[in-house]
Amino acid sequence: MGTSSATGRSRELLARPTVVLTLGGGVLLLLDLLAQLAQVDIWIIGGSLPFSQLANYLWTGLILGLIIGLAGVGLSLTYSILNFANFAHGDYLTIGAFSGWSVAYVIAGLGSLDIADLVLVTAAPSDVGASVASTPVAVLVGLFAAVVVTVLLGLAIDKAVYKPMRNSEGISLLIASIGVAFVLRYLAALLFGTGRLGVTAASQIPSTNVFGVTVSAHQLTILVVAVAVMVAVHLLLQMTTIGKAMRAMADNRDLARITGIPTERMITATWILGSGLAGAAGYMRVLTRGTVGFNDGYLLLLLIFAAVILGGIGSIYGAIAGGLLIGITSRVALVWVPGEFGRPIAFGLMILLLLFRPSGLFGGVETA
Amino acid sequence: MSTNTSRLFEFDISYIAATMLLLYVIFLLLSVLQGYPVAGIVSSLQRVTFLVAVYGLAVLALNLHWGYAGLFNIGVAGFMAVGVYTSVMLTAPMGASPPGLGLPLPVGILGGMLAAALVGLVAGLPALRLRSDYLAIMTVAVSEIIRFTYKSNTFSQFTGGAGGFGSIPPGPIRRLFLQDASSIISEPTAIGAFVFDFMQFPMLDGFSLGRPVTLNIFSTLLIVAVLALVYAFLVRAVNSPYGRVLKSIREDEIAAKSLGKNTNRFKLKTFMLGCALMGLAGIMWYGAVGQSSVYPNTFKPELTFYIFIALIIGGAGSNTGSVLGGALFAGLLFEAPPRVATILSDVLGVTQTPDTIIAALGPVASGQFVPLLGFFLDNMSQLRFIFVGVLLIYLVQRRPDGLLGHRSEVAAATDLSARPSRSNGGDRDE
Amino acid sequence: MSDEPGPATTNAPDDVEMPEELEPETHDSAVEEAAKRMPRSIPLRVDGLRKEFGGITAVDGTSFEVEAGSLTGLIGPNGAGKSTTFNCITGIHTPTAGQVQFDGENITGLAPHEIANRGLVRTFQIARELEEMTVLENMMLAPKHQRGESITRSVTPGLRRDVVKQEGQLRERVWETLEFFELDHLAEAEAGTLSGGQRKLLEMARALMTDPEVVLLDEPLAGVNPTLEEKLLERIHELREDGYTFLFVEHDMDIIMEHCERIIVMHQGTVLADGTADDIRGNEEVIEAYLGEDI
Repeated sequence: MGTSSATGRSRELLARPTVVLTLGGGVLLLLDLLAQLAQVDIWIIGGSLPFSQLANYLWTGLILGLIIGLAGVGLSLTYSILNFANFAHGDYLTIGAFSGWSVAYVIAGLGSLDIADLVLVTAAPSDVGASVASTPVAVLVGLFAAVVVTVLLGLAIDKAVYKPMRNSEGISLLIASIGVAFVLRYLAALLFGTGRLGVTAASQIPSTNVFGVTVSAHQLTILVVAVAVMVAVHLLLQMTTIGKAMRAMADNRDLARITGIPTERMITATWILGSGLAGAAGYMRVLTRGTVGFNDGYLLLLLIFAAVILGGIGSIYGAIAGGLLIGITSRVALVWVPGEFGRPIAFGLMILLLLFRPSGLFGGVETA
Repeated sequence: MSTNTSRLFEFDISYIAATMLLLYVIFLLLSVLQGYPVAGIVSSLQRVTFLVAVYGLAVLALNLHWGYAGLFNIGVAGFMAVGVYTSVMLTAPMGASPPGLGLPLPVGILGGMLAAALVGLVAGLPALRLRSDYLAIMTVAVSEIIRFTYKSNTFSQFTGGAGGFGSIPPGPIRRLFLQDASSIISEPTAIGAFVFDFMQFPMLDGFSLGRPVTLNIFSTLLIVAVLALVYAFLVRAVNSPYGRVLKSIREDEIAAKSLGKNTNRFKLKTFMLGCALMGLAGIMWYGAVGQSSVYPNTFKPELTFYIFIALIIGGAGSNTGSVLGGALFAGLLFEAPPRVATILSDVLGVTQTPDTIIAALGPVASGQFVPLLGFFLDNMSQLRFIFVGVLLIYLVQRRPDGLLGHRSEVAAATDLSARPSRSNGGDRDE
Repeated sequence: MSDEPGPATTNAPDDVEMPEELEPETHDSAVEEAAKRMPRSIPLRVDGLRKEFGGITAVDGTSFEVEAGSLTGLIGPNGAGKSTTFNCITGIHTPTAGQVQFDGENITGLAPHEIANRGLVRTFQIARELEEMTVLENMMLAPKHQRGESITRSVTPGLRRDVVKQEGQLRERVWETLEFFELDHLAEAEAGTLSGGQRKLLEMARALMTDPEVVLLDEPLAGVNPTLEEKLLERIHELREDGYTFLFVEHDMDIIMEHCERIIVMHQGTVLADGTADDIRGNEEVIEAYLGEDI
C-alpha cells in the first residue's frame, strides 16, 4: 500500500530541494550582481551595471520598504489580535493620503487659491508648492490630520462592522473587510475623482546627489519620520501596560486563544495604532510618489501582506523588517527583470514563503 | 430521481424562472422608460441574459470550491484569464497579430479549461494544505501575477500586452450563419438565411430584428446552453458520494481523514475541476463566443469579488443559489443602476452635473438639491460599488446563508430517507 | 455491495447483525467465523512509542498490545498521554520514535486516511460530527471506497447507475445501523442539532460503517447522560461479541474496571500497569499515581 503521503514527511522532502534551489539561486544572483558591478562576463553571469544604479535601487527600495513596513505593523497587529486578514487595510492608506493632503493643501494655499480646489487636492501642484522645504508646517499638519482621520475612521468601522462580529470566524471577517474596502475605495473615488492627482511638483523639492544617488528632501523626510514613528511604537509597546499586553497577545496566538477574546480596550488600542500607522504611511507615500489616486493603497495591499507574512504574522518588528525586504527586493529585482515585474516578483517571494515558512523568516516553525 | 430531489428540482427551476421573469419585467420597463425601439429592448434583454449566464457560470465554479469543499479561492479572475487567453491563443489565425495557432474553437475551449486546471494544479498542490486565510492571500497573489504577466510588455507579441488580445476569431454563431464570418454584411449560409429571415418577423408589423441583434441573441443562447450543461453536471457531481466527501472536508477535514478519505486528493481534484470551470466561464464571458478582444485589466481582483458577492447573495453550498445569486447580482446590482440613473436624470430634468462634490454641495445651502442629485447620478458607478460593499457587509453580518444556503441539500445519488422496507419483518417474532 | 471484505464481519451489508436477530446459534457461529478469519490474535501493537512537542515529552516509550476481539481499557490521569498515544496510532501525529503495528504491518507515520482504510478507525473525545450534514449523510460518508467518490462515475450516465445501486445497498446498512444505535428517528436531522450523547453515538455508528477491525474510542462516554451511557456500553459489548476489537479510553475508573477484561494504565507518558481489573486494583504504583482516588 501507499507509503506516500505522510504529510509532514512529504513536506520536508519537498522543502529540502526547494531550500537548496533557493539558496543556490540566491548565491548565483549574488555572484551575478557582483560580476555585473565589476563589469565582467563569466559564463551565464555578468554584464554591466553601474554602481549608482544599484545604489539608486537600494535607496528607493528602502524608502518604499519603510512605508510598507509602517503599514505592515498595523496589518500585523489586527491580523494576530483580531485574527483576520484585513483586506481593507490598503484603503486605509488611501484615506490617509487624501485626507492628509487635503488639509496640507488648504494650509499651504489658503488665501491665494480657490478653497474647493485645495480641499479636493485638484489645485495645480506648482501653484500650491507643497513641499517640506517651502511649506513644512502644512506638510506636518497634513501628516497629523492623516493620522487623526484614519484613526477615527478605523474606530468607526470597527464599531459598525467588526464589533457585531466579534465571535465570527476569520473568514467571515475577511469577507466583511472586502466590503469595507469597496466602500472606502469608492468613497475616495466619489469625493476625489477617479483620475490621478498631482500633489507635489518635483521641481520644487530640493534634492542632492550622494554617490550618484538622487536623494530628495521628501525621501529624507520619510526616512526621519518613519524611523521616529517606529521608535515611538517600540517605546509604546515596551513601556506601557496596554502595549505590553498587545505585544504578548500578538506574539503568541496560543495565548490569545487561551485567554479568549481580547478586551475591548485592547481592540481599540489595536485599531488606533494600526489605522494611525496606515494613515501616516499612505500620506507619506505621496511624498515620494508625487501623485495620489483612489487605487493607490489597494495596489500596495498585497505588498503589505507580503511584508507581514515575511516577518511573521503578529511580529511588529518582523513586519518592519519584512517591509524593508519587500521594498528593496522589488526594486533590486529590476537588475534582472523588466520594471513591470517588480511587483510579481514580490508576490512570488511571498507565495514561496507562505508555502515553506508560513511562520515568517524570523519566526519559529509553526506547529499546525 | 428520487421524489425528494425531484421536488427540489421542480422548486429550483421555478425559482430560477421566476427570477428571470422578474429581471425581464424590470429591464422591459427600464427600456420602455428610456424610449428604446423594439430592437433596443430586445437587445437590452439579451444583454441581461448574457450577464446572468456568464455570472452563473463563474459563480457555479466558485461554489464548487468554496460552497462545497470550503476552499477559499479569491483568485477566480486569474483562472478565468488563463482560460480566455489560452483559448484565444489557440484559436486566433496564425498570421494575425497577436498570432495564434489557428485551431478550431472546441480545441480552444478544451485547451483553455485544461490550462486553467493546470495552473490550478501548480498553485493548489502546495497551497491546499495552507490555512484558509493563507490560501486566500496566495490565490489573489497568483491571480495578480497572472494578470501582470498577460499585461506585460515583455510578452506583448503573444498576448497583446496592456492593449489587449485583439485577434479573436469570429464566434461560432457567426461562422454558422455567415459565409464570411468576419463580415456581418456577407452572404448568409443556408441556416443563417433562414434565421435572419425568421427574425425579421414578416408577419409582425414593425417588429423586426437585424443581423447584429440576431447574432448576439444566438451567441447568448449558446452560453445559456453551456450554463445549463454545467449546472446539470455539477448537480449530478455533488449529489453523490463525491459531494458528501467535499462537504465533510468543508465541515471538518480531520473527521473526513479519520474515516479514510484522502482529503488532499479530493481537494486537489476539486480545485482543478473548479479552475477548469472558471476558465470555461472566462471563455464564455470574454472570449471566442462573442467578443473580438480581451484585456488583461478585465481580470482585476474586483471581478473575483463580484463573483463572491453573487455567491454570498445566492447562498454558498447551493448550485441553484449560485445561479440565482449570479442573476440577481448581474441584473440588479451591475446592469440596472446606471440605467436607472439615466432615467432619473431625464425624469428629474437634471441638466447640471457638477464635476466635484463641493460644487454639488454648494447649492444645497440655498435649498437646491438638483445639482447634488446630478452629481450622484453622474457618479453612479462609484455609488454602485459603495452599495455593493455595504451589501456585502450586511450579508456577512445578517444573512451569511444568502437566499438558499440555509436549506439542506442532501449530498446523495439516491433518496437517503427512503427507509428499507421491512418486508422480512414478518419472519421475525416481534 | 462493498468492495472490501470487512475484517470482522462479512462484507455483505445484510450480514450486519441486528440485536433482535441475534439468535443464540447465529451469534456463536459469528464469533467462530470471526475467529477463523483472524489468524493474528494481536491486531494492534504499540512498541516504544515516543512523542515530543517542542521540548515536552507527551508520550515516553509506551508499549502495549491489543488482542483481537477484546475490549481493552486505557486509563490514566489527565496529561498521562492517552490522547497523544491515540493521535500517534491513528496518524494525526507522527511519533518521534517507536512503532505502531497493525495486522503485523508497520503503520507508523502513515497518513490518517491510510490507517483508517486498513481497518483501524477512531472516534474523538469531542465528537467530530459533521454539523451541517444530516445524520444520514454522516453515516453514508463513512463506507470505504464508494464508487461514487469518483466524479467521473458520479456524472457519466451509464456509470452512475452503479453508483446509485451501491448507494442503495449502503443506505440499507446505514438504516440498520441507525436502528441498532436507536438514532433512526433522527436520521434526517442535521448532526449539529443532536445532543452531546447522541453525537457520541453517531460518531461510533459512523466509525462502524467503515467496516473496521479495531475501533479506538476516545472517551466515548464523556458528556453522555447515564441512561444513554448504559445503552452505549451495551452496544459496545454486543459489537465486541460480533468480533470487533475495541480500545477504550475513559476517565471513569469504575466503568473501565467493570467493563474491560484488560486494562492498560498510563502515567506521565509511559505504561504503568497492564493486566486484568484485579491486577490493576492490587498494583501499588497505580494506587500511588491515583493517590487519594478510590480504585
